[in-house]
Parts: sequence; structure tokens; C-alpha cells
Amino acid sequence: MAAHNLKHALFCAIITLVISYPILGFNLESEGTSIILEGAGATTILGVLLAAVIVFLFQLFRDSVMGSLRQLPAINPLANRKPMEQSKRLRLESTLLTLMIIGALIWPFLASRGAVDLATLVLIYIMLALGLNVVVGLAGLLDLGYVAFYAVGAYTFALLSQYYGVSFWFALPIGALLAALFGLVLGFPVLRLRGDYLAIVTLGFGEIIRILLNNMTSLTGGPNGIGGIPDPTLFGMEFGRRVKEEGNTSFHETFGIAYSGEHKVIFLYLIALVLAVITAVAIRRLMRMPVGRAWEALREDEIAAKSLGLSRTAVKLSAFTIGAFFAGFAGTVFASKQGFISPESFVFLESAIILAIVVLGGMGSQMGVILAAIAVTILPELAREFSEYRMLIFGAAMVLMMVWRPQGLMPMRRIHIELKRQE
Amino acid sequence: MQDLLYFIQQLINGLTIGSTYALIAIGYTMVYGIIGMINFAHGEIYMIGAYTSLIAITGLAALGIAWLPLVLIVALICAMIVSSSMGWAVERVAYRPVRGKHRLIPLISAIGMSIFLQNYVHLAQGSRNIGFPALIEGGFQFGAEDSFQTSVSYIQIMIFATTLVCMTVLSLFISRSRIGRACRAVSQDLGMANLLGIDTNRIISATFVIGAALAAVAGLLLGMYYGSIDPLFGFIAGLKAFTAAVLGGIGSIPGAMLGGLILGVAESMTSGYLSGEYKDVVSFALLILILLFKPTGLLGKPEVEKI
Repeated sequence: MAAHNLKHALFCAIITLVISYPILGFNLESEGTSIILEGAGATTILGVLLAAVIVFLFQLFRDSVMGSLRQLPAINPLANRKPMEQSKRLRLESTLLTLMIIGALIWPFLASRGAVDLATLVLIYIMLALGLNVVVGLAGLLDLGYVAFYAVGAYTFALLSQYYGVSFWFALPIGALLAALFGLVLGFPVLRLRGDYLAIVTLGFGEIIRILLNNMTSLTGGPNGIGGIPDPTLFGMEFGRRVKEEGNTSFHETFGIAYSGEHKVIFLYLIALVLAVITAVAIRRLMRMPVGRAWEALREDEIAAKSLGLSRTAVKLSAFTIGAFFAGFAGTVFASKQGFISPESFVFLESAIILAIVVLGGMGSQMGVILAAIAVTILPELAREFSEYRMLIFGAAMVLMMVWRPQGLMPMRRIHIELKRQE
Repeated sequence: MQDLLYFIQQLINGLTIGSTYALIAIGYTMVYGIIGMINFAHGEIYMIGAYTSLIAITGLAALGIAWLPLVLIVALICAMIVSSSMGWAVERVAYRPVRGKHRLIPLISAIGMSIFLQNYVHLAQGSRNIGFPALIEGGFQFGAEDSFQTSVSYIQIMIFATTLVCMTVLSLFISRSRIGRACRAVSQDLGMANLLGIDTNRIISATFVIGAALAAVAGLLLGMYYGSIDPLFGFIAGLKAFTAAVLGGIGSIPGAMLGGLILGVAESMTSGYLSGEYKDVVSFALLILILLFKPTGLLGKPEVEKI
């Protein structure tokens, strides 16, 4: 056994060297028209060697390391406690949610402008993740082109405001409905496909939308995007220093307060907050309705669900359309927040980030998804010096999560009836 | 006459690109055939192959070695070794622990791996694209001097020839060798093959290694053909190759070859007659259409679902 372990460990160490040394140890540098090779610094080389040694030692003592790791949960006091009673847990959850919402309502008046702006982005991601959670987490349909619906929402508002001067409040439902329509039209033919084919087709669809936006220059401005998207108004009150549209008044004049750029940021934040809460509540309700149960039934066992009389297409289509609807919501808010959109914002990576949020939070679990959205958006901002490693860590986290805890940080708990043991 | 020459030119370009797609598609189709998962990180392995071969070529040039066949062979071998090791490691780290779990879990793990590898190369080598030196220049010209000329460059010929050799070797390997036979057995019935004494873990690793080696070949060839590489170019190529694999019928090796060629030709016809910007749209639309009307692909076997 020991000899076998040694051989395997040596092999793994060599593989580690082979996959890291050529890529990390040599840097290709362009010099005029030719390219030259530069050796990397001593620290990099040392790091590569260290990695190989670590891999070697780990593989050599793999059994004992894994054995002692397995005993770790026993130290963790939370691991063996009894699951909380359902009614108690539900009460706790709703209290927590209420507290969170109240906190989120007060908070922008205390925080800095940059922080509120970031928080708006967090809320947009929460909306997206909650929407995707319906598709991936509840219905079990892997959608890798989710960002396409987000783009539809954003571009609907941008184009409507540019060509017809439509305001935010009119564009919001139109954008969401149009995104839902796209979901319906795409979903209708492709939802017959098996899981992983569906993933690829949705990915292809996302790319098609992006390429079209990029190339229909006369309509969408192509790579230059669309700018000058208006801010939302509050009952006809604008938040700019000067009123842009006839018939509107400005917010600071109506209330007789000094103009401040912060008003607009806070207002947008509040809109995003309200929409995010609406999204969360709507989906929470849907989850407990027959259609929500049908999503989960279909995810768990398609054949069993079908034989119980559920229409596969209708159930899948409803999940897909509702997911797309909320993406359209988020897209409209995003366009309004940025004031400028271009196809750059709707690349595949964005879909992958939203998917990662859902996966990290725990597929199907709303609480988990919300916390994961906050973490994934804020952590990179806090660790700015590591920002270039952001996506690297991201990818690694996705893999590790799938290997160790595929159910996510806060796995979904289904509402169920608990039977009391008769005394 | 001129139209015909133009058409032939597009056909040649399409077949060139298509044969490299076929090389990458083999990796997808073999993995799918055996464990039924989409190896999303395969495009990145191809990209790493291209980078390694460029590093090898530049390194050899720095050492003063300029004899072309030697340079190409050394670059090819380096790329194949690094890519295969990467393929092996990826399977070991990201796929083996999640094998047999719900379908979505390996797929998400693969997407994570793909993002990881992209950024790994991005951090190590920078995000800008790097010029690939033109090692082989020139070609044959057909047609009258004063009108449109169909040209076949030497690099195109080399791409055809290399692909042909790789495919032949692979077919022989799969049909004749012990490991090839085991591969076929495992793809038919993994559990049964295991019962009959085949080390299935080893065969699955072997599949990843073979796929990665072929992707590395494609990396070198396409790097030379396009003349530049960047850390993101594996992603789209990977998607195209996957499309090719699905087009031909996923799980079928001849299907991957056929699918690659069809996709390559469709793409170059679109750039030749419509517009280069829409070639990606056409290939994805082709994928969607194929999946809708013939989900098993052109040469695939229908899958029977057992309860």
C-alpha cells in the first residue's frame, strides 16, 4: 500500500509541475513584431515547486489526512444538533427577513453614495438570482443564457426611451413582459430537450442575442451601446438639477430642499429594493402554489411527474417564463441605474456569475440565494487588491462547492408536515 | 467561373476550420459517450495547448533552433503533454468526485473549471492577444492571374494532413488496441464493464487524456492558422466543437468528424456570402435546429430511457 501511495504521489506531483510550470514559469512578451520568452520571477517558480511538494505530501498521506478531516464535524457543535422545529424555523426566518428589509430601508440614509450605488447593484443581482433560482433551483432546468433575458429587459427600456421617450415606469412592465415573451418563445421548442442539451441551447441563444445586439448597429448602436437612458421619476418629479421633460417638476424644488446628487441614488436604491422584495415575495408564493410544487416534482423525477398527469411542457414553460420575467425586471433597473448599456454587460460570464450565486446559496433556497448574491457582489469590492484573482477564485469556488457541498451553503428545506409521536 | 472559384475557396476554408473543430469535438464526444457529461473545460484545454505550443516555439527560437520540422514536432509534443496532463488533472479534481451525482452537478463543476482555467492563463500570460509566428508561408494559387484566385496555403494542407493522420490513428486505436476495446465496452455499459474486470476509472482518465491530446493538436494548428491567441479563444472554439459533436451525434466518433466538417463549411459560407459577424449566429442556430429536429444528431443512436 505504501509503495503504491508513493508511486501515485510522485505521479501527481509530476503532473502538477507539468501543468503549472510551462504556463506560469514562462511569460510570452510581445516585442515589436516578434515575441520573446521571459522567465518568471523566483517567487512564482518557488510557488510552483511548493505546490508540487504539497500535492506530493497530500497524496502520500492522503488516507490519514482524509481520515482526520472526517472526524472534524464532530468538533463542530452545530453539526449534530437537532433540526429546528418547522414552525419555529419559519417564524425565525420571517422575523429575520422583516428585520433585513427594515434595515435595508433605513440604511441608505446613513451610508455613503458609493455604498448605496453598490447596494443597488446587489439588489439587481438578488432579483436576477431569485429569477434564475426558479429555473435552475426549483424546476431543475439549467439555463446558461439567462443573461439574454436581462439584456432584453435593459434594451427594451433603452430603445423605448430613445425612440419613443417612454419613461421608466412604463418600460418596467413592458421590459419584463417582453423578456417573458422571449422566454416563452425560446422555451416552447427547446424545453423538450434533456438537461445538458438545454444548457447548451440556452447558452447558444444567449450568445445569439449578444451578437445581434452587437451587430444591429443602426438600431442598437452596436458595441457603442445606448446612452442617455432617463432616470426614473417619482410622480412626475425628476431628480436632476434641471427638469428635462415638459410638464415635470424637479424633486428638490417641490420639497424646497437643496439639490443633491444623492437623492437620485437613494431613490433608485429604494426602487430596486421594492422590486427585489416583490420578486422574493412573488416567488415565495409561487413556490407554495400547485405550479411551484409541480416544478419541484418535475425536477425530482420527470417520468413520475408525467405519470401523475403533469404536463411537462406547461410546467417547464411556466418556470422558464417566470424566470425570464424577473430577469427583464432586473434589466430595466440596471439600464436606469447605469444610464448607458452596451452588449459588453451581457456576456456569458454574467450568466455564469448568476448561476454561481444560485449554486453557492443553495439551489432552491431563497434565503441562501439572497445571502450569496450579497456575498458575491460585495466581497470583490472589499478585497480590491485581489480583484484580478476574483474570477479565478470564483471558478475554483464553483468546483469546490460542487465537490463538497453540492446542496449549497443554505440548502433548501421543503415545507412539510411533521407528525408528532403519540405518547 | 469566378463564382465557382470563390465557392471553392470558401469550401476549402470551411474544411480547414471544420477539420480542427472535428479534432476538438472528439474530446467532447468521447467523454460524453462514456460518462454522459459535457466537459465544459475542454475548450480551455485546447487553449492551453495553443499557449504551450507557442511557448515551446518561442523557446526553441531563443535557443537558436530553426529547423521547421523539429520545431513543429517539439511544439506538438510539448502541447500534447501539457494538455493531456491538464485533462487528467481536471478529471481527477473536478469530475471524478461528482461522478454519478445529479446531472447538473458535474456540469456546474465543469463550468467552474472552465472559468478557473481561463483566468489561470489570463493571470499567467496576460489578457491581450499574442501573435503566433507564421512558420509556414505561401501556398498554391489556381485561376487566371487577373481575376479571383483560389488559394490553398501550405498551412491549410498541413491542417488537413495532420487531422487525417490523427483521425486514422484514433480510429485504429479505438478499434484495435486493448484500451480502445475497453473504451468501447465502458461506453456501452459502465457497470458491466466494471464487473468484467475493466478498470473503469482508468479508462475514463484515458478518454480525457486522448481528448486533451487531440485538442492540443488543434490548438497548435489553429494558432498557426489564425496567427494570434488569447486566453478567451478556447471558449468559443469549444462551443463550436461541442456543436459539431452534437451535430454529428454525440458519442459517435465518425459523427464528430462529419459534424466538424459540416459546421466549418456552413460557417465559411456564411462569412463568404453574408457577413463574417453572423457566422457564430449561424452555427448556434444550426445547433438549435439540429437539436429540435434530430436530437440524436446525424450519426447518433437514439437513446432509450430505462426506468
